Amino acid sequence: MFLQQMINGITLGSTYALIALGYTLIFGVLNIVNMAHGEIFMFGAFIGLILATTFNMSIFSALLGAMIAGAVLGYLMERLALRPLRRRKVSELAPLISTIGVSIFLESLALRLFGPQAQSFPSIYAAQLFEVGGLKISAVQIIILAISFGLMVALRFWLAKTRLGKSIRATAENIETANLLGVDTQKVIVLTVMLASALGGGAGVLVGLAFNAIEPTMGITMGFKGLAVLILGGLGNITGAMVGGLLLGIAEIFSVAYGVSSYRDAVAFGFIILLLFLRPQGIFGSKEQQGGR
Amino acid sequence: MLQLQQLAAGYGNIKALKNIDLTVPAGSIVSLIGANGAGKTTVMKVIMGLIKPESGQILFKGQKISGVATHKIVSLGLSLVPEGRSILSRMTVLENLEMGACQRKDNEVQADLHRIFQRFPILEERKAQLGGTLSGGQQQMLAIGRALMSRPELLLLDEPSMGLAPLIVADIFKVIQEINQEGTTVLLVEQNVRQALKIAKYAYVLETGRISLHGQAVDIAKDPRVMEAYLGGKK
Ligand SMILES: Nc1ncnc2c1ncn2[C@@H]1O[C@H](COP(=O)(O)OP(=O)(O)OP(=O)(O)O)[C@@H](O)[C@H]1O
Ligand SMILES: [Mg+2]
Repeated sequence: MFLQQMINGITLGSTYALIALGYTLIFGVLNIVNMAHGEIFMFGAFIGLILATTFNMSIFSALLGAMIAGAVLGYLMERLALRPLRRRKVSELAPLISTIGVSIFLESLALRLFGPQAQSFPSIYAAQLFEVGGLKISAVQIIILAISFGLMVALRFWLAKTRLGKSIRATAENIETANLLGVDTQKVIVLTVMLASALGGGAGVLVGLAFNAIEPTMGITMGFKGLAVLILGGLGNITGAMVGGLLLGIAEIFSVAYGVSSYRDAVAFGFIILLLFLRPQGIFGSKEQQGGR
Repeated sequence: MLQLQQLAAGYGNIKALKNIDLTVPAGSIVSLIGANGAGKTTVMKVIMGLIKPESGQILFKGQKISGVATHKIVSLGLSLVPEGRSILSRMTVLENLEMGACQRKDNEVQADLHRIFQRFPILEERKAQLGGTLSGGQQQMLAIGRALMSRPELLLLDEPSMGLAPLIVADIFKVIQEINQEGTTVLLVEQNVRQALKIAKYAYVLETGRISLHGQAVDIAKDPRVMEAYLGGKK
């Protein structure tokens, strides 16, 4: 029972971790919380759904399509809503408000395009159950775990080893220094926003698969969870986002399993508040101010 | 190699630089000295394109670079060791050096890295450590090494001796001279006026945003106004 719930919790948590990674990456280079990330996630879910049902694509192609859609939305958001506000004497809050505008726009657009009712992925994947030593694990869970952990490992490796990954880290630490070393920081910012949004779009498909309900308003709740994980893990900390996401997923599943299912979000957020009392800077956060802006 | 012509710049309403003329001939060391808040760092930032000039222009090898993006200025052959060193403290020493070469596509990066480790053996010893764990002097070496990794023709140094112990300061000045002898032109901003004038060929004195004096470094060092204001009044 305990192990079973653990598997369920880690599966859910891995999708939260993916979403939180998107927040973290953008927070790193831009020092803002992207309030539209939840809506990009929701768009990814719908695009994936349409590709999988209307176009009969495999779940992997649908996922790829959702990630590309996320990246495109990220690109548009950066060019139209964020860049015009940079290098200009505007309030620090302006880009935040701007992302809120984007989130409202995307939600309304989704209502028009996809309708208000909840939709779901075909249930073929959920039906297949594997039993390993008394533990039940569905094909969907395996897909979710494999993809989200695969993406996280790939991202870590890419940030640690590649030239572009290092440029993102340098820009996140201090944009002016990165610039002086020859990094085209404008380009790095666009790329980071696209990457974060692609992860968000992909997470949309995974969560859609897990919960079997996709609707235009799903971005808000999920957005708040991702945001909570961002803070829980420590602002701008990649490892923190991963661990924080897993913890939130596990906390949520256990609160359901042990009889408080109508309070699952309350329990999960209560747990975050408790952790933040103990470690105000987040699990992996350092005490110093992050970012270079 | 570098020419600032009638350059003015500032921060909003603050006019930090007023019509600066300054020339750095190829192969030389030029020192720019001045009191706190005179505008020295602003000169460096304008040259690197971090601040846009309000008027006047900057020529590098005859080409206008005012208005060009910072990373492109770096690729043209300028590199700044910023005031306070700006080490990437969450990246390793090696990664800091690699970032210095982030635009290079030639295959001599490893060789240059090796050369920098020869010049600063302590950096090789600590290459896997995070930049933030180095001492002040080591960070300054890292900042200089990192700037050299882009193979600059003109190296800008903003107060490289700031906050360092006298012995290390002497080391740093020696290294600056060596770098210059190997063919890199240097523009040096310093508050350590005595040393800066000793290694420089030309010097400029900046006072509240204006060049108040300039000439051969040996002459500037003998100027009574400079001796009074910056060299403690005596030889
Ligand atoms: N970011 C900024 N915003 C507003 N004013 C600034 C800013 N940076 C510098 N200044 C002002 O511009 C003037 C020149 O500053 P600058 O940093 O260039 O001086 P400096 O000669 O480098 O001084 P120091 O020796 O202390 O490094 C000062 O009056 C300073 O207060
Ligand atoms: Mg200064």
